[in-house]
Amino acid sequence: MSPITRRQLLLQGSACIVAFSWAGHAAQAQSARGALPLDQLDSFLALQKDGSVVIYSGKVDLGTGHRIAMRQMVGEELSLSVARIEMVEGDSALTPNQGPTAGSTGVARGGVELRQAAASMREGLLALAAQRLGTEVAALTLEDGRIATSDGRSIGAGELMVGQPLKLPMNPKAPLKAPSRYTQVGQSLPRPDIPAKVTGRHLYVHDFMLPGMLHARIVRPPAVGASLQSVDESSVSHLPGVQVVRIRDFLAVASTDEWAAVRAARELKAQWSTVESLTSHERVVEWMRKGPFAADEDLVHKGNAARIEALRDAPDRLQATYYWPLQSHGSMGPSCSVADVRADGATVWTASQASHRLVAACAAALGMDASKVRTVYLDGAGCYGMNGHDDASVEAAMLSKALGRPVRVQWSREEELGWDPKGPPQLLELSARLTPEGRVDAWFTEMWLPRATANLAWIPLLSPAAAGLPQPKGQSTGLISQNGDPPYGVDAVRVQAHWIDGAPLRPSNIRAPGKVGNTFAVESFVDELAARAKADPIAFRLQDLSNPRGREVIERLAKLMQWRTRPSRSAGAKTPAARGRGMAYVHYKHNETFVAMGMEVEVDRDAGAVRVLRVACVQDCGLMINPDAVRAQVEGNILQTLSRTLYEETRFDRTRVTSVDWARYPLLRFPEVPRLDIELVQRQELPPLGAGEAAATPVPAALANAIFDATGARLRTVPFTRERVKAQLAT
Amino acid sequence: MTQYRLIVNGSEQQVDAWDGDMPVLYALRNTLGLHAVKFGCGLGQCGACTVLVDGQPQRSCLLKLADAAGRTIVTAEGLGTPEKPHAVQAAFIQEQAAQCGYCTNGMVMSSVALLARNPKPTREQAQAALAGNLCRCGSHDRVLKAVARASGQREAS
Repeated sequence: MSPITRRQLLLQGSACIVAFSWAGHAAQAQSARGALPLDQLDSFLALQKDGSVVIYSGKVDLGTGHRIAMRQMVGEELSLSVARIEMVEGDSALTPNQGPTAGSTGVARGGVELRQAAASMREGLLALAAQRLGTEVAALTLEDGRIATSDGRSIGAGELMVGQPLKLPMNPKAPLKAPSRYTQVGQSLPRPDIPAKVTGRHLYVHDFMLPGMLHARIVRPPAVGASLQSVDESSVSHLPGVQVVRIRDFLAVASTDEWAAVRAARELKAQWSTVESLTSHERVVEWMRKGPFAADEDLVHKGNAARIEALRDAPDRLQATYYWPLQSHGSMGPSCSVADVRADGATVWTASQASHRLVAACAAALGMDASKVRTVYLDGAGCYGMNGHDDASVEAAMLSKALGRPVRVQWSREEELGWDPKGPPQLLELSARLTPEGRVDAWFTEMWLPRATANLAWIPLLSPAAAGLPQPKGQSTGLISQNGDPPYGVDAVRVQAHWIDGAPLRPSNIRAPGKVGNTFAVESFVDELAARAKADPIAFRLQDLSNPRGREVIERLAKLMQWRTRPSRSAGAKTPAARGRGMAYVHYKHNETFVAMGMEVEVDRDAGAVRVLRVACVQDCGLMINPDAVRAQVEGNILQTLSRTLYEETRFDRTRVTSVDWARYPLLRFPEVPRLDIELVQRQELPPLGAGEAAATPVPAALANAIFDATGARLRTVPFTRERVKAQLAT
Repeated sequence: MTQYRLIVNGSEQQVDAWDGDMPVLYALRNTLGLHAVKFGCGLGQCGACTVLVDGQPQRSCLLKLADAAGRTIVTAEGLGTPEKPHAVQAAFIQEQAAQCGYCTNGMVMSSVALLARNPKPTREQAQAALAGNLCRCGSHDRVLKAVARASGQREAS
């Protein structure tokens, strides 16, 4: 029951050393940590004797640039170069639990906590140095790990520790450096991980090996919910060193030779029960309309209720239905994890976005006290929500316990696209009417959503369920119902959610959960209303937008695109290749980042093919710690969401997912990549907001609005396949 | 066990394997510890495992060990190091052309092969050459800028 100590970590041998690749020797010099209090400075930061600093971050870098941004935020407050700052991420024994790296909160919350810790450290160091040097704090300066007086005396910050760790409290009020004095924050410093990443030296969880480690593969059932009736172990006895593990309906193979494990998973003969438990992707909308429903909830209900009620029968109302399909995270590297479970404790190397929360799931599956379980974050392939990493981690732990050796679990491509928890389907019905002056009189959004996506801790793990093992409630699915109301000053608005019991497939959070689908519907529908009013889409939006930051991104977008004020065409040109432009706007979660997104498209009317020629984007996410890293996030949001909008839908029949490779679940490819014009607004004096999600949300509507402008066809169902485009062109 | 002889990143290597049909990807990763070669699909669809075989980009997840015997293989480790990167890798670093980076080494290899046969590719030619390399993070535009930079062309951004 004793917490994991530094001594135990070292006893586990070289494995830890590798896991500390980012922290080098620094992390090993730390004393016992365990569950770290968030009000203690040394939970977040450690000062080394040489004046360098180690950051302990509960949030991790998912390829998003936190590894440099966090260093810049800490380095700025301590006037310390980023080169003298190490960083340990997401290690449950060494870092404080700052919550999962999700919801675009890495810098806005995690980084801001670290910044306050650094400010507290600066304040504490100056006070100690003032005592030591017999002077006033105001007479001291801290620079590059040394504290100096105006008369030329100085002391190294590390020397203030006198043989013991620095124990200082977090001071939530410790003064922050004035933005006008920033020298690091706001600079596009290069990310420290890229040189190793492009030369094949970066350690991913997929590359982590332990002596005596077995390679395992899980054998999935042929149908979701099937039970295992029998296994013929002799069917793999010709393969070297293969062991078969069965725990109720959980089936896996393992060998010291990875190829033997791959072949064993393919060749093992097993009998499974026949079940047809799924809805099939063609019938999801029908299922959503029918229920059963857990609850109806008014998310927004403001203004004159009678005007909203009057929409139901108003002959002049505009009404439209939008659908966002189930989607996979589509990670490039199938999920992977390594676990070493021993009688006295377990270590799990994981790429989970929520390595701290994963401890409970591992502990429950192992029947071990959580204080004996340590999770160590290592990079995986970009996951953009909870993909299969958490499943693979618990599977590795279960197998290491069963086999008594370290085990590496590697999912296949088919498993990753077939069995990762899916972004849930969203059905939205919008109605509104215009005043005689062409403004929105009343607005009503109805959304049909799986109940499990109401930000509940409810993503069950596959293998504990199959093995009949206990598991905690699971990761949260994200706030899926936000941004269902227009960001403009409409005074009578209602948004109602119909929460459906169950989900067509295990649901999860995917980048900007729900807000992509909701903004697709809302901002497409705004465009429909503008067309009805015969108004220019930008002028129509600006007439009722009062937020100055929102107005600024839209006005700058108009300049960037050389937008010509005119209503969108409803019929379009009759040439085979029709060109058009469109835009969309979001105020993310109504209280975070502002984004205006514009597109220029060409639609081949005969083939139904959509070609995006150019994407323009203006974003204001408050203070940008590292503008180039923010730009990379905006680029990624744009291209990934174009892929999701044009191509992606998880397809399944009554038994299983059928879109299980890149031919059947296609992604955007290099030849389809458009020109990107991105403008970022720096707000030096304002708090940093998130950059990881917001710019994803206006992409689908901007594209749909451009297609409408080009052709008069309105696409309300994603993905915009050639068949759908042709069908809409024919109406 | 059969012994297979490969020339990898300039030096001769022996790989013992019980199955000559094993994709060379597993020999490179597990026997030789060359982790730049990433498992992405095992189907030749994503390009994350791309290596140069006798100078040509090939998917190491589809190339059987027995068919790779005696041939010359180059992985991203063989091009350069973080301290002394190859010109293409240096361009990727300068453009910060990776996010998670899982697919990046495959793109580096495809780019090296492209520049060997076409030293001044247009953006469209680079797009076509990289059509078989998938990326989930959306690093594509930076990768295209890195290819332009490595070829001595500065793309207007």
